[in-house]
Amino acid sequence: MPDQLLFGMEVFLNGLMAGVLYALVALGFVLIYKASGIFNYAQGVMALFAAMTLVGIMNGQVPFAHLINAVFGLHVTNFGWTVPALLAIALTVVVMIGLAWMVQHFVMRHLVGQEPIILFMATIGLAYFLEGVADLMWGSEIKTLDVGLPQGINETIDRVTFDAFGYGFFIDNLDIVATVIAALLVIALVLFSQYTKQGRAMRAVADDHQAALSVGISLDFIWVLVWSVAGFVALVAGIMWGAKSGVQFSLSLIALKALPVLMLGGFTSIPGAIVGGLIIGVGEKMFEFLVGPMVGGATENWFAYVLALLFLVFRPQGLFGEKIIERV
Amino acid sequence: MSTQESYVTADGRTIGPTVMEMKNITLRFGGVKAITDISFDIREGEIRAIIGPNGAGKSSMLNVISGFYIPQEGEVWYKGHKRPPMKPYEVAQQGIARTFQNIALFEGMTVLDNVMTGRLNHMKTGMLAQAIWKGKAEAEEVENREKVEKIIDFLEIQHIRKTPVARLPYGLKKRVELARALAAEPSILLLDEPMAGMNVEEKEDMSRFILDVNDEFGTTIALIEHDMGVVMDLSDRVVVMDYGKKIGDGTPDEVRNNQDVIDAYLGVAHD
Ligand SMILES: Nc1ncnc2c1ncn2[C@@H]1O[C@H](COP(=O)(O)OP(=O)(O)OP(=O)(O)O)[C@@H](O)[C@H]1O
Ligand SMILES: [Mg+2]
Repeated sequence: MPDQLLFGMEVFLNGLMAGVLYALVALGFVLIYKASGIFNYAQGVMALFAAMTLVGIMNGQVPFAHLINAVFGLHVTNFGWTVPALLAIALTVVVMIGLAWMVQHFVMRHLVGQEPIILFMATIGLAYFLEGVADLMWGSEIKTLDVGLPQGINETIDRVTFDAFGYGFFIDNLDIVATVIAALLVIALVLFSQYTKQGRAMRAVADDHQAALSVGISLDFIWVLVWSVAGFVALVAGIMWGAKSGVQFSLSLIALKALPVLMLGGFTSIPGAIVGGLIIGVGEKMFEFLVGPMVGGATENWFAYVLALLFLVFRPQGLFGEKIIERV
Repeated sequence: MSTQESYVTADGRTIGPTVMEMKNITLRFGGVKAITDISFDIREGEIRAIIGPNGAGKSSMLNVISGFYIPQEGEVWYKGHKRPPMKPYEVAQQGIARTFQNIALFEGMTVLDNVMTGRLNHMKTGMLAQAIWKGKAEAEEVENREKVEKIIDFLEIQHIRKTPVARLPYGLKKRVELARALAAEPSILLLDEPMAGMNVEEKEDMSRFILDVNDEFGTTIALIEHDMGVVMDLSDRVVVMDYGKKIGDGTPDEVRNNQDVIDAYLGVAHD
């Protein structure tokens, strides 16, 4: 097989892996948008906040240490213990549920029935607020996140492909794990929404608020639940991204990559978020590989947005969205 | 006739004591008085109609009963207890189911799924238990499915069980909405214009279903309806509203002969 083709296949696979992360972030958006019509700008910051909280708990950091020290004249930074990864993840889940509850009770419930743009603005406010809180709580320096996920080149794939094609594929173990975990997460979400009482209620609320109320569903409860699930998805995305490139504020920018994913997949479609994420992941890697050298590279910065723009022009409802027909 | 003593109707149904009582309800929207100082009661097992011209405040009254509107004044008594202000979902959990004038179905779901949501209140098993203790959740699901299939048979919508609701014609949607309300096995069923926009044949079907529900399940029903013929045929007692006020209350015969009611319906000028 010609080298160029093999190299292309490797790029393709790596793109697929990168796409999984985009899909995860987009999934968080879709969950909240479906259930409440809110475009949650803070989804990316939630991933950052979750990752920072996880690292903070694992390292035994004292939350709000800077503030506490400034107010009480102390010099505390650390509890002096470390917390095992699984326990820390469980604790972070609890924190994310608490966050979901606070978002609903202090912000969103006061905005029920407002215009979508108002709700959107509220989530922008939330994003900056949360970013500030994350900073204040855990400090702003870049941290490494190591929950024990395997990293580095997968030797088996390298060897097998080398034996077969005379060219060893470089696939990162972390990417493989991320893909498996993301797939499990999506399966769990589907099972949850199809087969549990709360899942059924969640779908009902996503479809019609009035009807949901009339069959005895508390919208408040469902919205806390949905924000919690989105918080959990954010945590998973945060762990993957953090393990890959360290926990830092640029993490919140992956939210921006989720936007073109949503335009491709449609804002209300879970399969859309997944397929959209994969297409963007593969697309930008392949484009950089094939066209990049001709235009001087760095196409990954803009490819996704241009693709989204094309979609907006030719298929505004996205891949899986219902066709938009204006009623007159 | 005391409202606490049971009696048997001409067609052999037993009407029990008062199950719901509205006392001096007043509801305002800004300057608009939708309901002015209205009192009436609903008795166990009866079919109670609320009638009146457009904008009389009928739907508003139903919304007060179901918790969608909170009245500024007045009290709601249910099963002998004064009800504190409640959210609609809490009212639903107390066994009061409803349909809407403008149909509120889950358009993206099938008929079967829509009717299943009516059973949410009867699903006991918690989230965690469902994940871990699959057997119990399955048994519960089977039981709920059986109840739902019975209702689907009862309302003769078997042939559209798997059809997405969005594809159904108006008349069938109304029937699915009734099925979903019934699935909750409510003690009171509130129907806001269940026959609006239907042709004669569909109206006859719907009337028959309402009578059968009341007869076979003993469900108390309060309904709003514009078609006088239907109201007179179906209901045991009728409340008549006009411009937010109660202008009549009694058996169909009584209200038919009430001069205020006749005036309201003949469009005699209000001073
Ligand atoms: N949510 C609301 N906000 C403001 N005004 C309302 C609201 N709901 C009802 N009203 C007003 O209250 C009055 C009574 O309306 P309602 O819908 O109860 O009448 P109705 O008897 O059901 O009429 P119809 O036969 O047309 O359904 C009307 O003047 C209506 O405009
Ligand atoms: Mg009405």
